[in-house]
Amino acid sequence: MHIVVCTKQAPDTAAKMSVDAEGKISWGDSPLIINPWDEYAVEEALLLRDAHGGQVTVIAMGPEEAREALKHAVAMGCDAAIRVWDESFTGSDTLATSYILSQAIKKLGDVDLVLLGRGTVDSDTNQVGPALAQRLGFSPLMYVSKIDQIDPGAKTIAVERLLEQGRQIVSSSLPALVGTVKEINEPRYPSFIGIRKAAKMEMPVWSAADIGAEEAKVGVSGSGVTWPTVFAPPVRESECEIIEAEDARAAARILADKLIAEKVV
Amino acid sequence: MTTQGVWVWIEQFKGEVMSPSWEALGAARVIADTYGGGITACLFGAGVQGVAQQAIQYGADRVFVADDATLEDFRAEAYAALLAQLAQEHSPAVILFGATTCGRELAPTVAAALDTGAIADVTALEIENHSVVATRPIYSGKLLAKCVISERRPQVISLRPRAFPRPEPDDSLSGEIIEVAPALSEDEIKNKVTGFTTAEGQVSLADAEIIVSGGRGVNGPDGFAPIQELAQVLGGAVGASRAAVDAGWVPYAHQVGQTGKTVSPDLYIACGISGAIQHQAGMRTSKVIVAINKDPDAPIFKLARYGIVGDLFQVVPELTSAFKEKLT
Repeated sequence: MHIVVCTKQAPDTAAKMSVDAEGKISWGDSPLIINPWDEYAVEEALLLRDAHGGQVTVIAMGPEEAREALKHAVAMGCDAAIRVWDESFTGSDTLATSYILSQAIKKLGDVDLVLLGRGTVDSDTNQVGPALAQRLGFSPLMYVSKIDQIDPGAKTIAVERLLEQGRQIVSSSLPALVGTVKEINEPRYPSFIGIRKAAKMEMPVWSAADIGAEEAKVGVSGSGVTWPTVFAPPVRESECEIIEAEDARAAARILADKLIAEKVV
Repeated sequence: MTTQGVWVWIEQFKGEVMSPSWEALGAARVIADTYGGGITACLFGAGVQGVAQQAIQYGADRVFVADDATLEDFRAEAYAALLAQLAQEHSPAVILFGATTCGRELAPTVAAALDTGAIADVTALEIENHSVVATRPIYSGKLLAKCVISERRPQVISLRPRAFPRPEPDDSLSGEIIEVAPALSEDEIKNKVTGFTTAEGQVSLADAEIIVSGGRGVNGPDGFAPIQELAQVLGGAVGASRAAVDAGWVPYAHQVGQTGKTVSPDLYIACGISGAIQHQAGMRTSKVIVAINKDPDAPIFKLARYGIVGDLFQVVPELTSAFKEKLT
């Protein structure tokens, strides 16, 4: 079974974000890490490979920094890593990104399963997965909390999807695209041997020409969305009123009265 | 090609409409004048004829209803194929979705099918140069971005639940109901829904007006009992911090924060939650935040309107009985 995991780099979730007058976004001294949602996708790919055989290829669209995410995935156990990048990809929104990733996956050929996190912690659009499934014509299986069954020979898959109302049980066909949610597994830490392997691994960079991407479909010209303004949210006025009383009962009653007066209960 | 009209996808589950769809109809009214052509609701399902009239009461001038067994369960393939086909026939300027789980899956699928832009999880809308300027949180709300789809149409936009007011239904409103046929036959849809398990009696976090959350301080699965009781008395939902979920005390579906749900209830009561930046990312837009924590230096107090420094196992049950008494 050939499994592809799509990932990207993102600022650490604890990073303090800021934006300057020119609109340039900064995460200070915080490191770039693998998008945390994608660690679940990598883990699931490794579990499936180990159970069914085959190989896991991790791909990331991005400049040099994207190598860090790829290295993390390889250190966890992925077999091959490819970075997809071209200067012309700069400014790609999710429409263009899904096109670029779909071209790279088509170049890989016989892919049974694409895995990715449900979204990324930076822009948090959750849009690349569904758009990529649409472009590839793969069975769209987003928000998956469990893969109940997969049979690469019979080309079948059954999953549970975590929706607001509960779990939707879906059976479908391969090739499929699975977007994972956190509940699906417990991602492993990269091993020492894995980290050494990742440091040495050759990671090819595929350009627009390599994946046969049309110029009009990548970067700003291939995008539907621009984001001309980025700004810091207004500081929340939060003067916390600490309720002090002789005991818990008295404090609770004062709080209840205040919340009733605020009309929030 | 000239495009006109604002469309709203009406999301229903077993005949019941998700509130963010009504909020989207309200938001549609605000931008509809710019584009002419009124507001069109798109309603897909099986046995959903009755819902069409509701959409009119919430402000739709016209409702496309596709009522078919193939549309009974939400399936992105079937829904997107039909919505894209209708959009190609009628060229709307905007399609709005509630940014629920299904809405956030359907919107980018439709946008990719139509080769247009999609903006997710929007918290404010305005119009500039005939395009929608949509504000959305990025980096978990640490920053905000104003996004525009200036050239392509339709503009596909999903709206964060509870970010836009839900209009009052008005039964004096009238509109046109148009039946449409599905775009795909069952044979053409790869995904088959074979079951559904619901968590009984649970309030969805995204829609909840009140959320009572527990964190590391609840000390174990049993510690969620008083949290649950308070939520029940208030008619709210139970939330949790990552620490409580990772410890296995409550299922992941309850997690609020950067790797969980983003919520903005009227009231958020954080019990035994220190308030790490990742947790704040998921709840900082709540209207009133209450913190109950033993540690007076916990960062959650910086975000809270009201705080009680104390043992949640004493305070929360007292709060429950106070509300029981005062709210009846």
